[in-house]
Amino acid sequence: MIEFHSVTKRFPDGTVAVDDFSLVLPSHKTTVFVGTSGSGKTTLLRMINRMVDPTSGSIDIDGADIGTLDPVKLRRSIGYVMQNSGLLPHRKVVDNVATVPMLRGMSRKKARDEALQLLDTVGLDRSLAERYPSQLSGGQQQRVGVARGLAVNPNILLMDEPFGAVDPIVRAELQQELLRLQHELGKTVVFVTHDIDEAFLLGDQVVILRTGGKVAQVGSPGEILANPADDFVSTFVGAERGKRSLHLENHGAGDVLVDGDGRLAGVLVPGSKAGPLAGSGASAQGGDPR
Amino acid sequence: MTWIWANLDLIWDRTLDHVVLSVPAIVLSFIIALPIGWLAHRYRASRGVILTVVGLLYAIPSLPLFIILPIIVGTSTRSPLNLVIALTLYGVALMVRVVADGLASVDLDVRQSASAVGFSTWTEFWQVELPLSGPVLLAGLRVVAVSTVSLATVGAVIGVQSLGSLFTDGFQRGIQAEIIAGIVATVVLALVFDALLVYAGRLLMPWTRSRAATTVTDNAAGSVSTAATPASENRSREIAR
Repeated sequence: MIEFHSVTKRFPDGTVAVDDFSLVLPSHKTTVFVGTSGSGKTTLLRMINRMVDPTSGSIDIDGADIGTLDPVKLRRSIGYVMQNSGLLPHRKVVDNVATVPMLRGMSRKKARDEALQLLDTVGLDRSLAERYPSQLSGGQQQRVGVARGLAVNPNILLMDEPFGAVDPIVRAELQQELLRLQHELGKTVVFVTHDIDEAFLLGDQVVILRTGGKVAQVGSPGEILANPADDFVSTFVGAERGKRSLHLENHGAGDVLVDGDGRLAGVLVPGSKAGPLAGSGASAQGGDPR
Repeated sequence: MTWIWANLDLIWDRTLDHVVLSVPAIVLSFIIALPIGWLAHRYRASRGVILTVVGLLYAIPSLPLFIILPIIVGTSTRSPLNLVIALTLYGVALMVRVVADGLASVDLDVRQSASAVGFSTWTEFWQVELPLSGPVLLAGLRVVAVSTVSLATVGAVIGVQSLGSLFTDGFQRGIQAEIIAGIVATVVLALVFDALLVYAGRLLMPWTRSRAATTVTDNAAGSVSTAATPASENRSREIAR
């Protein structure tokens, strides 16, 4: 469990990236920070492994204030996956995956053996193990990045727009793969994205942030869609919607529309002519809060 | 030509002298330049000062340096050590900027991700920044090696034996073949050093050769994703920035 207690981050140039942020990120669930550029979502993520230290407030992991922990040790215990994979270009795929276990003192042979198994876990052929990252496609590189993130079997996995730089087809595939992995492994995942579809697909808890690191709304995708807190949220949630053939499902907090892929797609606006074909355009815009 | 055949032993001995003078200087200048270059790279404030001061070393004329150094260090003017120190100073003057530039050439994303997964500053330098700046360091080291081999000949003027002694001796005694032998042997030695460095670079940096060597397919990640070529992704990456 990760807890933010009144965390504020002010950079030396005066920019407030995060403003009095408090939140509990439950264990074994995926929490997604979603927002536009400058909403502080990446700063929030990087505070969890002390790449950034808060100006005020504190962050606890399983009850321990991370401000008192050694940053290097802390980082070695937390999985980290970033955009453009962040792999070491001078190390082979298998050595990249074995990197952090070896930093923690595991023997090279054991680390490499486990790395090969992790390639299986993330759906990569072992024949790629002896290649360099530059010899892989972007999608494959991201899978290696995920394998590296899982290598020390961390409780927490931080993912900073990991699928932002791959094309939509590969992205959809990687998203499904992450859902499968998360179903099997049950990590505490913290995921940053600017894509609301991705947030709703992957998140158990979605945190919508507005500029300056202020929380616009926190909730499950269903709760947010059913009851957007304000115009900002409904615009943000609706702006990128456009999937067709929606059907109604009850997610506890109210009726929501679900598209053919199983994605939550919008809310039903009373009075509109929402048919199976014509409906999505109007309702999915979601511009009218109830 | 007859002079050369008659004096192969002499040429070989002077070549060995030359190697003994230049190899320590090349190695030392690399080792000394590393921490200074790192300092210049690491702190913005120190960068300008260090690079200017170190760069100015190269402007010191060699002959006065050979005379001043013994006074500072306490060696004799004609000692090979005197020459090695001077050559090292010139090597450092060239190499510090190369080290600073090499370290700066390492991709910021890679450095950030290395610290995010738990490299300490120290391990990150040795395991990430240093190897990745390798291609730039190698390019600089090749310049240092060739320039050191060439500069070492100047030692002959102060009486430290090297291939340069073949020119001075040849001039004094009017043996043209000896002068030419000295020049050719110096050039050949420089080329040999250069070739050895390039070879060492290939051994130590195998990843630099593998780029674009194999065609990329996404079949391991499922047939649908064959659309993802590295080229198209690089492009989208640029757009994303």
